[in-house]
Amino acid sequence: MSMISTHKKIERNVTVLAGLAFITVTIGGIVEIAPLFWIDNTIEKVDGMRPYTPLEQAGRDIYVREGCYVCHSQMIRPFRDEQERYGHYSLAAESMYDHPFQWGSKRTGPDLARVGGRYSDAWHVQHLTNPEAVVPDSVMPKYGFLADTDLHVADMKANLTALNRVGVPYTKADIEKADTDLMAQADPNADAGDLEKRYPKAQIRDFDGNPDRVTEMDALIAYLQVLGTLVDVNAPAAQEELAKEKGR
Amino acid sequence: MQATLGRIGLWFAILLLAIMAIAGAQDSGFAIQMTIVGIAAFIAMVATARAHDPLATKTGMFKLPDGPEVYDDAPVRWGVIATVFWGMAGFLVGVVIALQLTFPQLNLEPYLNFGRLRPLHTSAVIFAFGGNILIATSFYVVQRTCRAQLAFPKLARFVFWGYQLFIVLAATGYLLGITQSKEYAEPEWYVDWWLTAVWVAYLVVFVGTIVKRKEPHIYVANWFYLAFILTVAMLHVVNNIDLPVSVLGSKSYPLFAGVQGALVQWWYGHNAVGFFLTAGFLAMMYYFVPKQAGRPIYSYRLSIIHFWALIFLYIWAGPHHLHYTALPDWAQTLGMVFSVMLWMPSWGGMINGLMTLNGAWDKVRTDPIIRMLVMSVAFYGMSTFEGPMMSIKSVNSLSHYTDWTIGHVHSGALGWNGMISFAAVYFLTPRLWKRERLFSLRMVNWHFWLATAGIVFYAGSMWVAGITQGLMWREYGPDGYLVNSFVETVAALHPMYALRAIGGVLYLSGATLMVVNVWMTIKGRQREEAPMTSAPYDAELDRPIVSAPALAAQEA
Ligand code: HEM
Ligand code: HEM
Repeated sequence: MSMISTHKKIERNVTVLAGLAFITVTIGGIVEIAPLFWIDNTIEKVDGMRPYTPLEQAGRDIYVREGCYVCHSQMIRPFRDEQERYGHYSLAAESMYDHPFQWGSKRTGPDLARVGGRYSDAWHVQHLTNPEAVVPDSVMPKYGFLADTDLHVADMKANLTALNRVGVPYTKADIEKADTDLMAQADPNADAGDLEKRYPKAQIRDFDGNPDRVTEMDALIAYLQVLGTLVDVNAPAAQEELAKEKGR
Repeated sequence: MQATLGRIGLWFAILLLAIMAIAGAQDSGFAIQMTIVGIAAFIAMVATARAHDPLATKTGMFKLPDGPEVYDDAPVRWGVIATVFWGMAGFLVGVVIALQLTFPQLNLEPYLNFGRLRPLHTSAVIFAFGGNILIATSFYVVQRTCRAQLAFPKLARFVFWGYQLFIVLAATGYLLGITQSKEYAEPEWYVDWWLTAVWVAYLVVFVGTIVKRKEPHIYVANWFYLAFILTVAMLHVVNNIDLPVSVLGSKSYPLFAGVQGALVQWWYGHNAVGFFLTAGFLAMMYYFVPKQAGRPIYSYRLSIIHFWALIFLYIWAGPHHLHYTALPDWAQTLGMVFSVMLWMPSWGGMINGLMTLNGAWDKVRTDPIIRMLVMSVAFYGMSTFEGPMMSIKSVNSLSHYTDWTIGHVHSGALGWNGMISFAAVYFLTPRLWKRERLFSLRMVNWHFWLATAGIVFYAGSMWVAGITQGLMWREYGPDGYLVNSFVETVAALHPMYALRAIGGVLYLSGATLMVVNVWMTIKGRQREEAPMTSAPYDAELDRPIVSAPALAAQEA
């Protein structure tokens, strides 16, 4: 049979075998991944998306450090029950500044894509410190140590610079003021300056109930409270964009 | 002499770099990790110096093969020991996290919280246990099927020890909170770079050995190993393009974000399954099943189709991890269609493996190693049927985010990857240490049954849990409202999580028997035991019954 005789030649030459195998395994990836970078309807254009403030980003880095994604998704699917439970389904634009994305693959706990504003800061502090005190049947671990740990980032400017280089549109001013912004957002005694102007809808307050210190708890709650609050999915403009998005 | 000095100098330079990195570290985690690197470099330096032995009198960890007329099996021996060691570690952490989900008080903040331990489990079982058996068997198989000694023996030793360093850095990193939180690609940038270097060395050793071969044809197992090494290199590099915040800190930000990040990640993630946990393990199937059964592979033509169809189709299937997400619809549909097609080559491979036993089926009864291999291939068939089914969007709308996925994972992982690795360990141990036989075949039999029972508990409980969860989430009452709050669905799973933990303990105890068995075999002991055949043969009884009158007549 000819297939076999051709193959006999391939399997006698490791360069040909390796070359053909490599070409074979690249095709699928190129066809599926490459278009996402240039087809312009991959990410809807919606109003309201902005980069995270330094404090929110620091909180996000803690979320990443602790591996919260192993139990919590951040991707609401367009089903009736999910939308009633968690809110409007997630848009691609809402995670466009997420390096890395944290959509998750397992819901041991509920989805967090729109958890911002659902609970009070005090609830979050209590819940993170001892989940079973607030939700008796919860299986979530305790994160009380966050409230005892001062927020320490070696050089927030460097973090924002790195994010800027991978495509997050921080301005020069944002980067310059990164370290002061980081502390000012959670410190009621500090002057936040034009933070809110540069980051619309930024929530400036003490988050962890301890105004004397800026802790990791402050940062994490600042991040949780912003999740899903930036885009007004019910605004007419957003709805119009969404109507064009097919198939979900 | 000069070469040795050069190598010592290289390790010394790495040691110096590590010390500088400790001094300037931006975060304490990075400082600890660099201390580990420094210690490893120091050990390598001392070992290189001590191994410099012009008269080749010494033995030990870095001993090179005695001459060209033997196979270079030292890295394979270490690989078998490392497999057993990391397997135990990974299963143990698996049992711990299973118990944490049952009894959350077992979380010890911050280092031993579930969020940090779960990646430790997945990396320990996939990359440490799975990776070591893949490297060990590939070094063993490529030498035998090429009839050639391993190329670049020193590089092969670097591959083994370098890979262990990768595991230690990754594992300690998770506990310290150093992670990218991308599933199965958690290690941070410097660990990724290190793995890349090790992996390129691995490719060079493997291909180098094939080039040296004395057989005209490259055996089918080596095609699969080759595809596994090449593809994992591609996936690892592309999915880990990221920008460190500082070269003196552990933190980095990945280049890709949001939807692009998700697709690249699951292109990687699915093919980590497809090439690490499947293609590499299929290579093991293509060597160990025929060897242990003493029969040739069922169909050469099927092997060819199996190989090319499998590696072509797998790459496309990634989007089935992103059904109904913000990924564009066309990509989801492509992923679904290719996943369903993937069923065919997968079962082609399973048939090729099982039919190899044609004419040797009786061995399933008498040889527990064959039984492990058969069970393994059967579980491969099962999870590659379940997988395509879960890729269908309407099924996935129920299964996604639930324990059904966890059940699917572990029927593949415990059944297919686990069983075939155990069989390979049992096959290799007596041969590598030149022992007549294993310490005990009856313990292998016990291992088989404990592991099988563990899988039944694990997979069964997770299917029930997954479907319960999926249905409870979407349950509406007659009033038109959702019936269950989220936490009610959590509470409902408690008994299933307890059953899963029992399954894990059974699986772990089976693996403990393997530790004893391998240990004793290496020590050269043989357990006194009845052989494994089910009905013993007694020549006395093997004759017709002659009735008494007939006997009397004869005597008269
Ligand atoms: C004693 C045996 C084992 C036990 C008790 C165990 C237990 C667990 C548990 C409790 C989880 C977390 C599930 C969740 O988040 O809900 C998990 C996840 C996982 N385990 Fe295991 N495991 C075992 C063996 C293995 C083996 C041998 C492998 C692979 C070769 C493996 C691969 C994985 C993977 C890939 C995940 C992540 C699944 C996902 O994200 O969908 N496990 N395991
Ligand atoms: C034809 C073959 C297969 C197909 C089409 C397939 C398909 C799938 C699907 C649809 C999911 C669920 C994705 C989700 O809803 O999140 C999944 C998850 C998974 N499968 Fe398979 N599967 C196959 C074979 C295997 C095998 C043999 C293994 C070996 C261990 C395996 C390991 C996994 C793992 C680890 C996950 C969990 C990924 C995560 O963390 O979410 N699969 N697979």
